[in-house]
Amino acid sequence: MIENDNLIHYLFRLGDNSLILGQRLAEWCSKGPTLEEDVALTNISLDNFGQARMIFSHLAEIENNGKTEDDYAFKRNEREFYNALIVERPNGHFGDTIARSFLFDAFQYHFYKELAKSNNEFLAALAAKSVKEVQYHVRHSGEWVVRLGDGTEESKEKIQESIDDLWEYTGDMFVTDTKIDELVKAGIAPDYKLIKENWTKTVEEVFYRATLKKPEDGYMQNGSLDGRHSEFLGHLLGDMQYLQRAYPDAEW
Amino acid sequence: MEDNTEIKHTVDEIWAILDTIPDPEVPAISIVELGVIRKVKIENNVVTVNITPTYSGCPATERFKQDIRDFLKIEGIENIELIMQYSPAWTTNWLTDEAKEKLRIYGIAPPIDGTEDKGFLFQSGPKVVPCVKCNSDDTEVTSQFGSTACKALYKCNNCLEPFEYFKCI
Repeated sequence: MIENDNLIHYLFRLGDNSLILGQRLAEWCSKGPTLEEDVALTNISLDNFGQARMIFSHLAEIENNGKTEDDYAFKRNEREFYNALIVERPNGHFGDTIARSFLFDAFQYHFYKELAKSNNEFLAALAAKSVKEVQYHVRHSGEWVVRLGDGTEESKEKIQESIDDLWEYTGDMFVTDTKIDELVKAGIAPDYKLIKENWTKTVEEVFYRATLKKPEDGYMQNGSLDGRHSEFLGHLLGDMQYLQRAYPDAEW
Repeated sequence: MEDNTEIKHTVDEIWAILDTIPDPEVPAISIVELGVIRKVKIENNVVTVNITPTYSGCPATERFKQDIRDFLKIEGIENIELIMQYSPAWTTNWLTDEAKEKLRIYGIAPPIDGTEDKGFLFQSGPKVVPCVKCNSDDTEVTSQFGSTACKALYKCNNCLEPFEYFKCI
């Protein structure tokens, strides 16, 4: 069934976005600049893992081929991941992480807000629940962007550089393919043009308060919907999947 | 495993049993008071319980799924089906007033109704969360994220007590 194929493809996209960002943020565990920040980043990581689990559990029901949520997380290779490129960018320094989180959280917030209107019952419920969590995420990262941008000369320079470096990965969040376009037409996926408009407004508002410059749109990286990724994803998966690869089906 | 023991309990009695299960992270209130149990049904000798998790990544969810099975097993009920119900999403509005008072006595500031933010940027929760120790209004948020996803960190400027606030979602 073509419609089902499209939905499966889309669930991979959504689940991988949450899973990979969750893993990146989990790398901060015990390394946060302050205790509160350590706790905040790992809490946000946990929300993302929770969303990924919901999506992969549902995917397992639809695929109905004996796979579990864990199989999707631990037994796929880079080329079988469909997350947006921005979430796999390395953590870098704290400003890099905050910039990445803000650019993605703002997208995720507006995305879930629209997805909550989906005529797919599962996606609407997932979005209605997740948007409440992501609201706290974008507020957290947005406030940090302002604090760093409107902070010291050094913090401003660093966060501006982080944003400039990440900008070429932002276009990929809004890219669709023919499968997703069909879901949009069917009222299952939201209109990505609208999400981009809303995202741009949020980004501009925060940058204005942060006294930061919005980079010019230049060449935008893409390819994640075909499973083409940067060199960083493989290393991330090596870390995340190690235990299940070394000791298949190990359980706690 | 099929268990043919007939379930003699009524739906109300099942609710009463569930109401004795403490929340794994906030044991001052039960999982019923927390509002995560949405429906109980007995049909064809099977007890079905609908659960709505608080946060999607809440690790306590796994724990209270097991607790439900364990507590019902003590009462001789083993044919149990647990259904994760995601819609409507859990909200702090489902906490009863009684549960909120229990939270406060336990040392966690309860969510303040109607303070869910309408906008989403730059509005850090309610203006005043009274201190759980001295009741002073002179408190400030130290972090929107606490020891669990559902709580924020506050401190009291009057008695200097740090405390947690059960944030509205």
